[in-house]
Amino acid sequence: MNNTSTFQLDGTDVPFESGQTVMQAALAAGHYIPHLCYHPEFKPHGSCKLCTVKVGGRTAASCTMPAEAGLEIESDIEELNALRRTLVQMLFAEGNHFCPSCEKSGNCMLQALGYDLEVHTAGFRHMYPDRPLDASHPDILLDFNRCILCELCVRASSEVDGKNVFALAGRGITKHLIVNARSGLLNDTNIALTDKAMEVCPVGVILKKRVGFKQPIGERRYDKRPISAQALDDAPRAPSGAKHE
Amino acid sequence: MTNIIDTLETAEHPETLRRVAIDPVSRVEGHGKVTLLLDENDHIHQVRLHIVEFRGFEKFIQGRPYWEAPVMVQRLCGICPVSHHLAASKAMDMIVGATLTPTAEKVRRLMHYGQMLQSHALHFFHLCSPDLLFGFDSDVAKRNIVGIAAAYPEIAKQGVLLRKYGQEVIRVTAGKRIHGTGSIPGGVNKNVSIEERDYLLKDIEQIVAWSRESVGIAQKLFEKNLDLYNSFGRFKAHTLNLVRDDGAMDLYHGGLRARDMDGNTLFDHYDYSHYWDVIFEDVKPWSYMKFPFLRSIGPEQGWYRVGPLTRVTQCDFIPTPLAEQARKEFLAFNGGSAAGATLGFHWARMIEMLHSAEQIRELLHDPDLQGTDLVTKGQRQERGVGVIEAPRGTLIHHYKVDEHDQIIRCNLIVSTTHNNQAMNEGIRQVARQYLDGRKLTEGLLNHIEVAIRAFDPCLSCATHALGKMPLEVELVDAEGTMISTLSRSMDGAFSYQNDNLATD
Repeated sequence: MNNTSTFQLDGTDVPFESGQTVMQAALAAGHYIPHLCYHPEFKPHGSCKLCTVKVGGRTAASCTMPAEAGLEIESDIEELNALRRTLVQMLFAEGNHFCPSCEKSGNCMLQALGYDLEVHTAGFRHMYPDRPLDASHPDILLDFNRCILCELCVRASSEVDGKNVFALAGRGITKHLIVNARSGLLNDTNIALTDKAMEVCPVGVILKKRVGFKQPIGERRYDKRPISAQALDDAPRAPSGAKHE
Repeated sequence: MTNIIDTLETAEHPETLRRVAIDPVSRVEGHGKVTLLLDENDHIHQVRLHIVEFRGFEKFIQGRPYWEAPVMVQRLCGICPVSHHLAASKAMDMIVGATLTPTAEKVRRLMHYGQMLQSHALHFFHLCSPDLLFGFDSDVAKRNIVGIAAAYPEIAKQGVLLRKYGQEVIRVTAGKRIHGTGSIPGGVNKNVSIEERDYLLKDIEQIVAWSRESVGIAQKLFEKNLDLYNSFGRFKAHTLNLVRDDGAMDLYHGGLRARDMDGNTLFDHYDYSHYWDVIFEDVKPWSYMKFPFLRSIGPEQGWYRVGPLTRVTQCDFIPTPLAEQARKEFLAFNGGSAAGATLGFHWARMIEMLHSAEQIRELLHDPDLQGTDLVTKGQRQERGVGVIEAPRGTLIHHYKVDEHDQIIRCNLIVSTTHNNQAMNEGIRQVARQYLDGRKLTEGLLNHIEVAIRAFDPCLSCATHALGKMPLEVELVDAEGTMISTLSRSMDGAFSYQNDNLATD
């Protein structure tokens, strides 16, 4: 490895391949950078801002920033972690995230980040939005209360499933997830349990019905290791489940 | 006057009376109070235990998917969440049309007996032993678990370790000591591994032995204070409990048995999935808690008592040998007097703790715990009812689920609700016996708390209060003018706004 193919992340040399982003190279090398809207199988989105790093004193989203040789990047520093903590607090305050009875608990990235970033208080007044469930589909439940607008389901349905089942509507604070049906109900879409869109939700919005809580405590993804110790699980990989050219 | 004193629920002319309030009483999830109405001669005309808390679980579970209920509704309580976890699961078993596999039922039973053990140990040792071992009006500075640890270190240690063991049983079966997820509609999500079984087995003989000693402690307390324990807050009540098909005590499952206060059977082995045909809930304007009653007797006289005292006295036998022997001795004691005494609750509770320890020992030797057939389902149903004998008494969960798997109706009748009128009767008796016509003191106030505690109503803050719950007693005259205030802070310190009140 020579100097032209590495950059520094928090003082450590990180190798990269041509075309990789800072996030991809860091994860592939086992260095965790917090993220929510990034997924190794999809094009970077750059919306959640959890992966913000400092490069030469300026901030950038590491999931969209191309890796370059010789960059000196700061990520795991209190200044940035404090901002990430605030972002996570805002996400919790915007939705209705009731972890104690959520079936995604232990497998939820937002919850795992909350623990990892040591979010001990709400920080903001909860907005308690009114977001009724969509339970119309016989096998799939949509619990909009937990949506963080990462658009992973939108991208998965569009790019992999070729269906465009999901989209975001509205602007600003009224932005929300919708489904592509005149009735507005999931049952009137062509979603299927085998769709990629069923796999990618980082929180507990898109759920297979009647299987909640079947995985015992202790066996869930973040029961075993904190999210920051699971960088390699999110390292770059080829898209799986593609049904659409 | 005789009539008023007989009932003490509603005074004829409350506007002429002084009001004394114990608010809050750290009993029911932290939000309960007792009010007394007194005349100028300190005679009591009205006594009410108010449950002023509004929990709302029945409402906000609506719209949620049914498989969430066992996990969400258990958050009602931090003391006996397993009871709600299992009652909701049993209701959801009906919803999914499941008949449990032996492994699933036995893992759930193990979880439940662990719950019963830890809850009963917590109540007897941590919350009540200071009253029982030191005296109801003993030095308030010592009347707590720290005082017990200093004066009776071995008893305090046993209490702590008994509870710890029960919590470990829950952790192994539910995944967490509090608010686990082990029980799911149609079964459980894990079995008990050989390693987990062996971990629990290594201490179970000691737990059974300590539970036997605990029954002995409760019995000795009765023997040493026979007149007090026999008469304190004593009243007759109808009863309701679950029993197994053969009439045995069964804390996890069975049919409903109700008997009137004279011991006549009103119904037996009644299928609880139609409980509303035999039980109804009355509403009173002064309390958020409903007043359930037996339909066949009616709302005025149909209230009943649930919990350990009812279960131990109304079952035909206990299906474990040590607890059954203890039950026989309890029923035979002093011509049967303990079986009708409010403080008999404590003795009965320890018998149940022994039964639970014996059941845990039996289950740990059962290879079905290591089975891998964990979940079943069958014909989907619209309505589900789950009933269980929780540490504090019969617990009813009732749900209706629509075709989209969403809960559209929920009714919970928790143990403390069943005992609502019975607890009111208990404190009215104590008020008649000890408070009527006397100046109020902290020790006298504690008599009211002792009566409430006997029922072990479900209140999480009592777990922390240990006899030092904040209390404020206000004397207000008929015009609403404050005469004096007696306050007890969280640290047990007393303060007086004037010296009109006597102290002990």
